[in-house]
Amino acid sequence: MKIKNILWSIAILGFIIGSIGVYQLITGGHTLANYNTYVPWGLWVSAYIYFIGLSAGAFFLSTLVYVFKIEILKPIGKLALFTALITLIAAILFIWSDLGQPSRAWRMMFKTNFGSMMGWMGWLYSFYFLLLITKIWFAIRTDLVVNANESGLKGKISKFLTFGRNENSIAAKEKDMRILKTLGIIGIPLAIAFNGGVGSLFGVIGARPVWNSGLTPIIFIAGGLASGGALLLFLSTVLKTVQDNKRRRKLISFLGFITLGSLLFYLVLEWAEYSVAFYASIPAHTESMKLVLFGDYWWVFWFVHLFAGALVPILLITLGRKSIVALGTAGALIAVTFISVRLNIVIPALAVEELEGLRNAFSGPGLTFDYFPSTMEWLFFIWIVSLAGCLFLLGLKLLPIINQKKVAQ
Amino acid sequence: MKKDNKKPERREFLKKASKVSLATIASALLPMSVMGLANEEEISISTSEPIDKSGSVDELKNRMREDIKRAMKKPIDERRWGMVIDLRKCVGCNGCTIACITENKLPPGMAYRPVLTETHGTYPNVSRRFIPRPCLQCDNPPCTEVCPVNATWKRKDGIITIDYDQCIGCRYCITACPYSARSFDSGFFYNDFAGGEKQPYEKLPSPEYNENRVREEGSSPIGNVRKCTFCLHRVEKGELPACVLTCMGRATYFGDLNDSKSLVSELAGNPNVMRLKEELGTSPKVFYLT
Repeated sequence: MKIKNILWSIAILGFIIGSIGVYQLITGGHTLANYNTYVPWGLWVSAYIYFIGLSAGAFFLSTLVYVFKIEILKPIGKLALFTALITLIAAILFIWSDLGQPSRAWRMMFKTNFGSMMGWMGWLYSFYFLLLITKIWFAIRTDLVVNANESGLKGKISKFLTFGRNENSIAAKEKDMRILKTLGIIGIPLAIAFNGGVGSLFGVIGARPVWNSGLTPIIFIAGGLASGGALLLFLSTVLKTVQDNKRRRKLISFLGFITLGSLLFYLVLEWAEYSVAFYASIPAHTESMKLVLFGDYWWVFWFVHLFAGALVPILLITLGRKSIVALGTAGALIAVTFISVRLNIVIPALAVEELEGLRNAFSGPGLTFDYFPSTMEWLFFIWIVSLAGCLFLLGLKLLPIINQKKVAQ
Repeated sequence: MKKDNKKPERREFLKKASKVSLATIASALLPMSVMGLANEEEISISTSEPIDKSGSVDELKNRMREDIKRAMKKPIDERRWGMVIDLRKCVGCNGCTIACITENKLPPGMAYRPVLTETHGTYPNVSRRFIPRPCLQCDNPPCTEVCPVNATWKRKDGIITIDYDQCIGCRYCITACPYSARSFDSGFFYNDFAGGEKQPYEKLPSPEYNENRVREEGSSPIGNVRKCTFCLHRVEKGELPACVLTCMGRATYFGDLNDSKSLVSELAGNPNVMRLKEELGTSPKVFYLT
């Protein structure tokens, strides 16, 4: 398909260009990054929470299929699970590379401080990763059995991945579905825990008033739903998940409806946070919000997030609900621009002086509040996103993620 | 009565001061070769005797050293190291910042104890004050509990330390500190900017935590979070922290807050004491006199 070729080209090009960033990171380390002592987290941490949100959002949608049995969404069940897996891998790669001592990441698991919100993350992601792998296997197992008869690489991989379980009867399929439901039920609190947990990771930091709110974990979940839903909306318009056009339209407009609802919910929460803070007028609280709204990067909030990521998609979904192109565009816009929301959560909260006079107290490399990602950070960002894109497309090619007949064409 | 007692002292002082000033003028006017012939007695007076005869600077230092020695005789959980900084005496020379950097062999872009300058008002109605900010060693530290791998904690004597071999460099603790008292060691060296070889200074081991690490690429503390420890490695040997020792205005005091006889306890009990962001309840052990 044409669109797939375009996506492949972008992903491969990004992978090649981004490799320069990988080389720079390996040779130059953190000295080539612009995050520092005063703004310790930057683009990569923002990308991490962005991809975690996408993963959780996609997973929540998959539970609508496997737990709540919403028939209309059934064709995207596997796609939702697979999207959740790939975005999770991207998120973990980002946060792993961000560590000052990446070789010690295992300590997250074996020297855990459960009193720290971050301490929980390693465990939650590991369980979630295993759950996703298992769920995907049960969701595609019977299709693998069918594909195993094909010749070539795809057939061989399918045969291997069945791990010898070749039953393809209706009873076996029903058994798989029951397991999927159970795993889905386990997955719901798990996804709430890790997505809300990432929000709490920020929410519990009393030193940053703009993070330190009971709404923060909930905003993260709402943001995950909105961005994850939007990504699947986009994907189901470019990938032929359903052959029957009428059903396809129904599926896409239903996804559009879910995405719109989550986005509006997100915007209400955002309004609540900002309006309460500004009416309270405590400068320590509003300082970083002022940076978001009127700072050097004001356009990220007003133009990228509110205009391109909210207003335009809302209009497209409401006014153009009958057009698949309009809905797909809306999905792509929300999903892509949501990184701006994540950047605006992480960076402005850190880019303010905690004590008056700190900005000019001492100078040297890394002692600045004016953070903008370095070339290396951008290149590495492109590399991971492209890598995730390649893995996703490869999965679509080799695994029965999308309905059998479509893949064969 | 008092006046009578003071008179000879003042006369003595003026006499010596005039000798000192004469010696100073002489050394400025005479070429080096001629200076060698100058009256040796006068020169020795100018170098060995402090002009301020009260000797208070040394007395205070000695008293603080005695305080430390007394504290070190107690079990660790009965000590509570604290610092008092007299803002009326701080002249903003940044001497403490530099002493700390030199002591701990810190890389470029890292200062455990920067001096903040607060400016109030606009010219000509303007005032300034200088606030040195070491790690405040909070009694309720928000930075330790967030560590996902238990790499940082409050010791029994109240000092917040980091295990460099345990820290994974996630920098979560930096975000949690309300005072920006934690730094990330990205791995900079001076020659990254000046070119050429590493400077001899950078090849010296840092006495931090008595570990004597030589900072090298690919090993801790590069990639770690670092912070002030009140120079524990010095204190536990009965010495003063580098910043206290070097303070030329004698604005910084150090000792055991759990010892009512210590100088810091005495000073921290003053009514004109304040702590940074007191409202947070972090209960810092650095007290400022205003």
